[in-house]
Amino acid sequence: MTNHWNDLANSDCVLMMGSNPAENHPISFRWVMKAKDNGATLIHVDPRYTRTSTKADIYVPLRSGTDIAFLGGMIKYILDNNKVFKEYAVNYTNIAFIVGDKYDFKDGLFSGFDKDKRAYDPSFWAYVKDEKGIPRRDPTLQDPRCVFQLLKKHYARYDLDTVSSVTGTSKEDLVKVYEAYSATGVPDKAGTMMYAMGWTQHTVGVQNIRAGSMIQLLLGNIGIAGGGVNALRGESNVQGSTDAGLLYHIYPGYLPVPSASVTTLAEYHKKFTPATNDPQSANWWQNRPKYMVSFLKSMFGDAATPENEFGYGWLPKPEDGKSYSWLDLFDAMYKKEFKGFFAWGMNPACSGGNSNKTRQALANLDWMVNVNVFDNETASFWKGPGMDPKKIKTEVFFLPCAASMEKEGSISNSGRWAQWRYQAQKPVGQSKPDGDIVLELFNEIRALYKKPGGALPDPILKLKWDYMTKHAFDPHLVAKAINGYFTRDVTIGDKTFKKGDPVPAFAMLKEDGSTSSGNWLYCQSYNQDGNNMARRDKSDPSGLMLYPKWSWAWPVNRRIIYNRASVDPTGKPWNPKKVVIEFAGEVKDGKYTTQKWTGDVPDGPWYPLKNPDGSVREDGKLPFIMKPDGYASVYGPGLKDGPFPEHYEPIECPVEKNVFGSQLTNPVAAIYATDRDIIKSCDPRFPFICSTYRVTEHWQTGVLTRWLPWLIEAEPQMFVEMSEELAKLRNLSNGEKVVVESPRGTLEAVAIVTKRIKPFTIQGNEVHEVGIPWHFGWVWPAEGGDSANLLTPSVGDPNTRIPESKAFMVNVRKKG
Amino acid sequence: MAGKSFFIDTTRCTACRGCQMACKNWNQNGASATKNTGSHQNPPDLDGNTFKLVRFSELEKDGKPAWYFFADQCRHCLEPPCKDAIEGYVDDGVVLDEATGAIYYTPKAKEAPFDEVRSSCPYDIPRQAADGSYVKCTMCIDRVSNGLLPACVKICPTGAMNFGDRDAMLALAAERVEKLKATHPQAQLLDAEQVRVIFLVVDEPTRYHKNAIAGLKPGFMHKLAQRFTRRAAAS
Repeated sequence: MTNHWNDLANSDCVLMMGSNPAENHPISFRWVMKAKDNGATLIHVDPRYTRTSTKADIYVPLRSGTDIAFLGGMIKYILDNNKVFKEYAVNYTNIAFIVGDKYDFKDGLFSGFDKDKRAYDPSFWAYVKDEKGIPRRDPTLQDPRCVFQLLKKHYARYDLDTVSSVTGTSKEDLVKVYEAYSATGVPDKAGTMMYAMGWTQHTVGVQNIRAGSMIQLLLGNIGIAGGGVNALRGESNVQGSTDAGLLYHIYPGYLPVPSASVTTLAEYHKKFTPATNDPQSANWWQNRPKYMVSFLKSMFGDAATPENEFGYGWLPKPEDGKSYSWLDLFDAMYKKEFKGFFAWGMNPACSGGNSNKTRQALANLDWMVNVNVFDNETASFWKGPGMDPKKIKTEVFFLPCAASMEKEGSISNSGRWAQWRYQAQKPVGQSKPDGDIVLELFNEIRALYKKPGGALPDPILKLKWDYMTKHAFDPHLVAKAINGYFTRDVTIGDKTFKKGDPVPAFAMLKEDGSTSSGNWLYCQSYNQDGNNMARRDKSDPSGLMLYPKWSWAWPVNRRIIYNRASVDPTGKPWNPKKVVIEFAGEVKDGKYTTQKWTGDVPDGPWYPLKNPDGSVREDGKLPFIMKPDGYASVYGPGLKDGPFPEHYEPIECPVEKNVFGSQLTNPVAAIYATDRDIIKSCDPRFPFICSTYRVTEHWQTGVLTRWLPWLIEAEPQMFVEMSEELAKLRNLSNGEKVVVESPRGTLEAVAIVTKRIKPFTIQGNEVHEVGIPWHFGWVWPAEGGDSANLLTPSVGDPNTRIPESKAFMVNVRKKG
Repeated sequence: MAGKSFFIDTTRCTACRGCQMACKNWNQNGASATKNTGSHQNPPDLDGNTFKLVRFSELEKDGKPAWYFFADQCRHCLEPPCKDAIEGYVDDGVVLDEATGAIYYTPKAKEAPFDEVRSSCPYDIPRQAADGSYVKCTMCIDRVSNGLLPACVKICPTGAMNFGDRDAMLALAAERVEKLKATHPQAQLLDAEQVRVIFLVVDEPTRYHKNAIAGLKPGFMHKLAQRFTRRAAAS
């Protein structure tokens, strides 16, 4: 999140889209209701009327997979009705940038598309730069090649009639939402967006979020209290996991993983360190070399020296152009490219798209290690439905692990708050915390690399591996290593630090090997003041619920990021009633003479862009410090599928034509080609749209919750929610066990026939949608049902490769 | 008036089931093997293991879907009929706690015939546990007597569940009704003068749950009269 959970209460308009917060983030609704108490308008856009919808002032339905059409329509509405917060958008976003002549968009495709490679050449989307290499701007927004005009042109097609025919939302309902939300495009109103898997799990997932972000930027809603682009993360510590670089393409702190052709650290620095000639751009990623070297020091300790490029050569690197995402891994596993697999704290037999492909893939392994709390469909895949254990050679090891309350450590929530937790009770029986398991495993591996030895022992033997206290895994040692420390005596300014002292904050990390830090973003989390993540002080001087002393947030305890956008160019808050930060330097003769900010940790301590007398300060900095040019992207040329979101249908969809252009689906979506990768669009055998979702009472694949009696009592069985109209069509009754089938698999589910889903009218035709939860699996309980992911496709977003679990096609029929 | 009250604002309830779970947690109640009967309401009714049940009612209002949530529990009546029913047969079977007004059963309650106890309740609350004892919400009397909130109130994230001194709860309830009347003309409190668990609804009460408000059961007065006669004859 750019903001955080409590901050929702500061909002004037809460748009819940691609999410169902009351059900899936129930505690968040404390803050949403507080916003409502303060007069906020709650808007819920969802294919179904859910528990969230009951609290919304405005609920409107939309067909799964049409969020860009909906949001594109909102962008058009904002532009047509002059709802843009002009001073914010011109000064802080790239709407005034001039785009080069090579950029074009025609009939569903952006310029630079290579049909054979199924990829775009992003150089076609570059800005025009001046002689200093700084993007040229037209602040009057009149230049036909400026982003603002190109934006207008792009969304001209997203008129109410067209959007309504694609989304199935009535024009009336569209205008209701657009009007209410665009009212936040003024200095004293804040709109917030709460989104989750309903936006991300599509082949246009990233572009869905882009569309939301663009609206927020046009309306001036980023960096302010009650605003932001707020991802409701689907797991209590998934934020922590992405921060820690668990995804294949990033190291901790979102440092890019280099591919094999980037053979030296020098090349790495060159390739991944952005530069700018604009003195007003902080370009914070210019510091990347400091973070990369500090990370290498944390990995290899004293073995990492300037001479060996700090061990850069010991890091494994992916092949150029090859993706190692979830979908890719299981595709490779299905094609017999893997011998072994650690399924650690996960249940892939139920959690990834196209579970039959995954389950079959597991049968191709020589061995698998499953680390989990309970038995599950992955550990027991070999005795699952359709499996013959006699024919399966996979040797499966099950390592029981501790549950979260049996471990000490931090958990980073959606709001970037890393909250330390103590161990409430000791693990039961033979189960161990993951840290202990990793430690013991790696100690064994290292011993084997020493004797009898192995290929390429250096990365294994030279890894810094001193995280034990009294022969047991010590999370404090890891947390301290993540924060980082000085590897030798160092003097910075007038302060001297001794070797081993913690680094106070990431501004002091260095490129020369004098600092070690496992994750630059977490530098300050556990420093000379102690474990800041364990703080529990409830003081709130701002009155905006920033709670600066409750745990610790990255970066450097900044609670609302991009908060330099919450003030005007002279440093005065847009909204004096909700002050996030404010410049309070002394003024002499109309110019600031001292540097001082009050409020939240400012997104950089620098002077504002202008003095009170309106004169420009070259030492002032633009608010979007993580972008090389300092401006936020309304036009976003850095993604794989285009600089503007465009509506494409889901890969498996109910329509033959895309009314916005000839390109039916995302031309660069991740698709796979095994015999199990079956897609059937517009197939009369699979006439209904299906979406997958969650309920409050279960969690993820139900791997933990299905074993808890009170929870399984409340939601005991796989169900399929459908409209009364569809039930009539298929002669199904409420409570009847029915069959739901897709081109990839079949499920039994109890029919919930409801008024909360209604058929859509799409391009003049009636289209039905049904929905299923993904919390069940065949292992337990006996009558619970199996996984929704047996039905979902293994196709993904081109940028993240997240599976498209939110829109695919099924049939629903009577059993037998 | 003295004692405690609950104020349950159904307009703030998201049916998260936190209250249902917290109650089971605090009372260390079990769970039964349920089936999905085409509803999210489960278990389907209050039972020996379920003293707090979120009831789901799906309807249409003004042509749009409406979904009402009613987190049902014992009302802790000011003049509890179940107390009369039990005391018609045995002393010390039910306690009315002076300080809070909480009504809770003791093991002796089962000396009164269960169906009489159950049918005496206009909200159909009393149930039997597996060991035969009569059970229902106890107002978490052990928590409340120690300065804590009832478990269901503690866990509620949205402020649907409220608990405190009766006067304060009645004042809060009145304030909420006033505020809601602007957009929901049917906003009303249910049996506020008769019970310590005051629900706020914004539609016809039976659209939430058939026993949302007290209705006299046929033969109720007759049975009550019979009990006193029987008791008087026995002594």
